Amino acid sequence: MQKIVAIALNTFRESIRDRVFYSLLAFALIMLAFSLVLGYLTVGDEIKIIKDFGLAAISLFGVLIAIFVGISLVYKEMEKRTIYVILANPISRYQFVLGKYLGLSLTLLVEVVVMTAGLFALCYLKQQAIPWDLFTAIVPIWFELQLILAVALLFSTFVSPFLSGLCTLAVFIIGHLTLDFKQLVANLDSSPLKMTADVLYYTFPNLEILNFKARVVHGVDIALADFLFSLAYASCYTIMILALALFIFNRRDIR
Amino acid sequence: MIEPAISFNRVSKTYRTGFWGKSFIALDDLSFEVRRGEILGYLGPNGSGKTTTFKVLLDLIRPDTGSITVFGGPADQQARERIGFLPENPYFYMYLTAAESLHFHGRLRGMSRDERKSRIPELLHLVGLDHAEGRALRKFSRGMLQRIGIAQAMVNDPDILILDEPMSGLDPSGRKQMRDIILGCRDLGKTVVFSSHILSDVEVMCDRAAMIRQGKLQGIVQVGEMLDSRITHWEISCTNLPDASRYAGCIAQQTKNQLLLKVGDEAEAKNMMWDIEQSGGRVLSFGPLRTSLEDLFINQSGE
Repeated sequence: MQKIVAIALNTFRESIRDRVFYSLLAFALIMLAFSLVLGYLTVGDEIKIIKDFGLAAISLFGVLIAIFVGISLVYKEMEKRTIYVILANPISRYQFVLGKYLGLSLTLLVEVVVMTAGLFALCYLKQQAIPWDLFTAIVPIWFELQLILAVALLFSTFVSPFLSGLCTLAVFIIGHLTLDFKQLVANLDSSPLKMTADVLYYTFPNLEILNFKARVVHGVDIALADFLFSLAYASCYTIMILALALFIFNRRDIR
Repeated sequence: MIEPAISFNRVSKTYRTGFWGKSFIALDDLSFEVRRGEILGYLGPNGSGKTTTFKVLLDLIRPDTGSITVFGGPADQQARERIGFLPENPYFYMYLTAAESLHFHGRLRGMSRDERKSRIPELLHLVGLDHAEGRALRKFSRGMLQRIGIAQAMVNDPDILILDEPMSGLDPSGRKQMRDIILGCRDLGKTVVFSSHILSDVEVMCDRAAMIRQGKLQGIVQVGEMLDSRITHWEISCTNLPDASRYAGCIAQQTKNQLLLKVGDEAEAKNMMWDIEQSGGRVLSFGPLRTSLEDLFINQSGE
């Protein structure tokens, strides 16, 4: 365990000493500020626009960080050959991969916390109250980011960063569309299309299940069971993908 | 019988390159033992399988067949606690400072904070980097990285050191320091295996030298014993000879006033030397000529 923690803390240190992380974080905070402008320009409920936009920014930039930092996670170690020195130590491959994952997970936590604080500050500025209920949307966002990170890690163990970036992005997009697609073709009379929709739906994670943003912003009631189910769903998926990544990485030759 | 430090038993590894699996034999039925407390030089041309041998030992690469033991046990995670490894051109996390990097490796090797705190300054001193303790590794020169590499390999005082080209990138004083460190390890009873292209280093430091070519072990030679058996002939250089034609059969080189003679047999050479002095010539030097490991190595690798 000490070894996993050592790798995790080191990975965390690496990512917070990385310029990409800061530029993304800075850009994300600018986006938040931009929601103020957008609020002015829109007729209607200004605070809703800010919340809507803010949650979208947390999710989008979280995914960008997960992808940008996550894809290079293992691959970069191999490319820069730092991995030889690390794995020659008495640590197992699974300790290495888990450590890397947890380190980045921590980085994402920092991102989400900083952005949430920014969003709360904006809301406080507007209505002198902190919208704690937004956590109902933010916690599932964090779980989604964990899942995306695991996917990025999985690809990172066997393909180049560029390709794994594309693949992870594809999983993210498909994951958000598969439910819509399935429902769309359900009314059609084409069985190949239906089959495709089914295959997509059952192989890719259904990320829409973790999207509570609109409901939270518009004050729609959310059943606790739905909420917990979505978190459990994401956790199971994350663990499965991590296990697959470990399995692949464990069989690899580190040449 | 004492268990050898490391034992390779019929280890083979074939790489597949490209999608359709054009294969390349990296290690071919490799068997040899590294004895406890010895310094073994591991020689071979580029791409002969030296680094692959080390990676198989460290479980970075899984062999197709064969097995490896470390102190009689399997070469697993636990065994790696007793092995320090310096890769060829070591790469580290460049955003860490020298001390941070050693602390990190110490943690990966399961050392407590107290152990690390006493050991790391010692090591930095040993490799001559105490002045650079707080500097980020990205500002290090190649030779300094090599020094951090050896410090990292020795951080938990392991029984076996595996050094892949330890001398590369070092300046003369660095080479001497590295040589002293390696010889110092032998005095402490440690087992050292290092690969090198610089054969004089191998001649000076090693107890035995193993040679590998195209993944096959060419042989292991005892470096000390070889010093005698490798004398090929004796050389006499002399001057002021009144009649050089007497030695016509032995002349290797002749300049205006100097003569270099080569004689196969020691007694004959000594006689000849006496003869030269008697006839009024003057002997400038006399000594045996050895095939260097280099020659031996080039002969064996057939290049």
